[in-house]
Amino acid sequence: MTEIITFKPLFAVLASLAAGIMVSLSGGRPALREAWTFAGAAVKFAVIASMLPAVMTGAQLLTPGLTLFPGMELRFRVDALGLIFAGMASFLWILTSVYSVGYVRKLGEEKQTRFFACFALTLSAAAGLAFAANLFTAFIFYELITLATWPLVAHKETKEALSGGRIYLVYLLGTSVTFMLAAILISYNAAGTLDFRPGGIFGAMGPGHKVLLGAAFALFIAGTAKAAIMPFHSWLPAAMVAPTPVSALLHAVAVVKAGVFLILKVVLHVFGTDLLSELGFGPPLAWIAAFTILAASVMALRQDNLKLRLAYSTVSQLSYVVLGAALLSHSSIKGAIFHMAAHAFAKITLFFSAGAIYALERKTKVSELAGIGRRMPLTMTAFSICALSMIGTPPLAGFISKWYIGLGAVEAGQPVFLAVIGASALLNAAYFLPIIYQAFWGGGETAAVESPEKGPLAMLLVIPLLLTAGITLGLFFFPGLLLELAELAAKG
Amino acid sequence: MTEHFPALLVILPLLAAVLIPFSPAAVKRSAWHISFASAAASLALAARLAWEAFALGKVSYWFGGWAPPWGIEYSIDPLGALLLLLTAFVTCAALSYSRAAAPAELAAERLPYFYSCMLLFTSGLTGIIITGDIFNLYVFIEIASLAGYALIAAGRRREALVASYNYLILGTIAATFILLGIGYLYMAAGTLNMADLRERLPQVYHTKTVLTGFAFLVVGLSIKTALFPLHIWLPDAYTHAPSPVSALLAATGTKVGIYAMIRVIFTVFKPEFNPSTVPMTVILAGLACAGIIYGALVALAQTNIKRLLAYSSVSQIGYIILGAAISNQTAMTGSLLHIINHALMKASLFMCAGIILMSTGAEKTGDLKGLGRRMPLTMAAFTAAACSLAGLPLTAGFISKWHLALGAVEAGLWLVVPVILAGSLLTAVYFWKIIEPAYFSPAGERRPVRPEAPAGMLAPAVLLAALGVALGLAAHFPALGAGRAAALLLGNP
Repeated sequence: MTEIITFKPLFAVLASLAAGIMVSLSGGRPALREAWTFAGAAVKFAVIASMLPAVMTGAQLLTPGLTLFPGMELRFRVDALGLIFAGMASFLWILTSVYSVGYVRKLGEEKQTRFFACFALTLSAAAGLAFAANLFTAFIFYELITLATWPLVAHKETKEALSGGRIYLVYLLGTSVTFMLAAILISYNAAGTLDFRPGGIFGAMGPGHKVLLGAAFALFIAGTAKAAIMPFHSWLPAAMVAPTPVSALLHAVAVVKAGVFLILKVVLHVFGTDLLSELGFGPPLAWIAAFTILAASVMALRQDNLKLRLAYSTVSQLSYVVLGAALLSHSSIKGAIFHMAAHAFAKITLFFSAGAIYALERKTKVSELAGIGRRMPLTMTAFSICALSMIGTPPLAGFISKWYIGLGAVEAGQPVFLAVIGASALLNAAYFLPIIYQAFWGGGETAAVESPEKGPLAMLLVIPLLLTAGITLGLFFFPGLLLELAELAAKG
Repeated sequence: MTEHFPALLVILPLLAAVLIPFSPAAVKRSAWHISFASAAASLALAARLAWEAFALGKVSYWFGGWAPPWGIEYSIDPLGALLLLLTAFVTCAALSYSRAAAPAELAAERLPYFYSCMLLFTSGLTGIIITGDIFNLYVFIEIASLAGYALIAAGRRREALVASYNYLILGTIAATFILLGIGYLYMAAGTLNMADLRERLPQVYHTKTVLTGFAFLVVGLSIKTALFPLHIWLPDAYTHAPSPVSALLAATGTKVGIYAMIRVIFTVFKPEFNPSTVPMTVILAGLACAGIIYGALVALAQTNIKRLLAYSSVSQIGYIILGAAISNQTAMTGSLLHIINHALMKASLFMCAGIILMSTGAEKTGDLKGLGRRMPLTMAAFTAAACSLAGLPLTAGFISKWHLALGAVEAGLWLVVPVILAGSLLTAVYFWKIIEPAYFSPAGERRPVRPEAPAGMLAPAVLLAALGVALGLAAHFPALGAGRAAALLLGNP
C-alpha cells in the first residue's frame, strides 16, 4: 500500500476552523459572516475532493504526526472510509449553509453568529474524526464534536433547550468518558499502540484473551453513544429542540454518522473482522442492532411531532449500519458504508422538508400536514422520494444499501436478519406513507391557496432539499463511485 | 555563591517576612514590592536549582559545612525540583494577584502583615521540599502551618476565624502525630537524616516501633494533605480565606503535604517496606478512591463557588494520593503530573472566583448568569482551568489522568479505573453547573461594577489557565520530567 505524506487532511480540518473563527470575528455583519461560511465550506470540500484520485488508487494520505507524549500522537490518515464520511459531511455543509441562511433569516433567530461559528467548528471536528489515524486523535475529535454541537442544541436558551442540551451532554460525554476511554486504555495496555490498522491491532493476542477483548469491544460499543444504539439513544430525540438545520446536518449526518463511523473503524481497524468472527462478537452486536432497528421504528410510529418521528427513524436507520458492521461479511460492511451515505442524503432532505414546513407554514405535527403537498409541492415531492428511499424501494439509494446488507446476512450464514430488514421496511412504510398520503390527498378539497414556496428566502430553503432528493435518486442509477470507495473501505 | 542557593532559597523569604513587620511605616508601604521581589528572586533561584537537579540527578547542600548525618542536609532531586519550581511560580502568581485583590479584602493597616505571612508560608513550604532532615521537615511544616492559620484568619468574615481555629486544632494534632512519628523513627534508627534513615531502617523494619512511627507519620501527613476522611478542615478554610490565600493554599499547601508524604513513604522508607499487618497501599488507595467520589459528589451539591472549588480539591487530592499508592512508574508519573496540573488550575480557579466576587459580589453558582459575555476573559480562564481539571483531551489534566488510569490498568487494579473515569465525569458535571449559566443564560441582575478586573488580577489567572492548555499540548516536557522524578523516586533505572 502506498503512503503519501501530505498536509491536505490538516488543511481540510483547518479550513472550517478558520471559517469558524472568521465568522465569530465578523458578528453583526451577516453578509460577511455568511461569506466566510461559504468560503470555508467550498475550500474544505475542494480539499477533500482533491484527495479522491489518490485514495481511489488504494493509496493512503498521511500527515506528519505530532507526538504529545509517548504513545499519544495526533495524526491524520485518509482512507476510503474516512473520505466518504468527510466528503459527505463537507458537501452537505455547503447545502446546509444555503438552507440555514434562509431558515435563520426567515425565523429571525437570535445569536446567529454563534450558530454559524459552532457549525463550522463541528464540521472541523467531523473531518478530524474522519481522518484520524489513531484512537487518540479519534477520541479528541469525537469529544470535540459533542462540545461544538452542544451550543447548537441549547441554541434557543429556553428551559427546554437547556435541559435537552444537558441530556445531550450527559449521554454523549458520559458514555465516551466512562466507556470509550476505558476501552482505549485497555486497548493501549493490551496492544501497545492506538493506531488504526487494517486487520486490527490485536494481531498477536489471538483469542486467548477473550474476556479482555470482549470487555474492550463492549466498552467501545457502549462508549459510542453517537451511534444511538439502544439503550443509549435518548439523547437524539432530546436534541430535536435544536433549530432544524442543526437537526438536519448534525443529527442526521455529522454527529450520528460520527458514531457509526467510529464503530466501523473499531470493527475494521481496531479489532479486524477476522478476529471478531473468531471470537464470535458479531452476533450479539447484530442482535442489539436488530432490536434497535425494530424498536425505534415502533417508537417512530407513535410520534406526532414530525421531527421526533424523523429522529426515531434515524435511530432505527443508524442501526442498519451497525448491523452491517456486526455481520462481519464483506457485502454487509460494503452495504453499511453505502448506507452511511444513502441515509445521510435522504434524512437530511426529510429534515430540510420538516424545517421548510415549519419556517413557511409554522407546522410541526404530523397531524397538521393534511393537504400540505398541494401548497408546497416541491418540498413534499422531495420528502416523498426520500421517505421511499428510507423504506428501501427502488429506484432509490436506500434499496442498494439494504440489498448489500441483506446479501451480507446470507453470506454470513445468518439469513434471519433478512426478516429483520423486511419487518423494518414494513414499519418504515407504516410511519412514512400516511404522511405522504395526507400531504397530497388528505384534508379534503381546499380552495387553491397561494404557495408559500415563493420568494428568494423560500428558495434558499427549497433548492437544497431538491438537490439532496435528486442525489438520493441519482445514487441508485450512478452508485459506481460510492460503491467503489465502499469496496475499498470494506477490504480494509 | 551558587553553591549556597539552596540555603538562600529558604532564607530569602524568611528574612523578608521578618523584616517587613519590624520596619518603619515608609518601608511597610512598599511591603508588596519587597515581597514580590523576594518571590521573584526565589523563582529565579528555584529555576536554576531545578536545572541543576535535573542535570545532575541530585543537588546536596550541607548546612554550615557539617557533613550528614551529623549536620542538616538540604537535598534536591528532580521531584523536589519540580515542587520547588511549582511553589515559587505559584507564589509569584498569587502575589501579583494579591496586589489588587488583597486591598479589596483586607484593611490597609493589615496588609504588611499579610504579605509577611505569605512569605513565611512559602518559606516553610520551600523548607519542606528542600530539606533532607526529617526533624527539619517537622520544623518547616510548623512554620508553614502557623503562617497558614494566620492567612486563613485574614478572611473578611467572622467565619474565617472559626475556619482558621478548626484548622489550627486539626493542624496541631497532625503536627503532634508527625513529631511522635519522627520520635519513634529516631528511637529505632538513631538518626534524623532521611538518606541515613533509609539505610538504617530496613534492619528494624519488623519492629513495632518503626510500624508505630510510620503510622503516626502517615496519619499526621494525611491530615495536612486533607486526604479523605481527614479533609474536614479544608472546605471551611478555603471558603473563608481571602481569595489570594485560597489560591496559594490550594495550589501549594496541600501539594507540599503530599510531597512530604511521598518523601516519607518512598525516600525515608523503601518501597519494600510493606507491613504485613497493615496493608498500607490498599488503605491509601481505598481512601483515595473514596475521596475522589465523595469530594466530587459533595462539590456537586454546593452552591457557594469557593466551597465547590474546595470540595473539588478534596476529590483531586484523591487522584494524587491514588497514583502514589499504586506506585508503579506510570501511576506515579500521573500523580506528579496531577500535582502540577491541579496546583496551576486550582490557583487559577480560585483567582477567577476572587475576581468574580470583587467585580460583581457574586458568591453563588446561580449568580453567574450571563457572566460569560460581561467578563469574557475571566470566564474563559475559568472554563479552561475547569476543562483541564476535568481531564479533557489536549489539556494537562488529560495527560495526568491518562497516566493514572493506565498505571491502574498496568497494576491490574480494574476496579480503580471506573473510579478515575467517573471522577472525571463528575468533575465535568460540577463545573458545568457554573459554566452553563455563565454562557447560556440571559444576564441576571448582578451587573459587574466594571467590565473586567484589573489586569494585575486577571493576568495571573489567565496565565495559569493557559499553562494548563499549553502543558496539555506540549505534554512531552512535563511527562518526561515527571517520569524522571518518578523513576528516581521508585528506584527504577
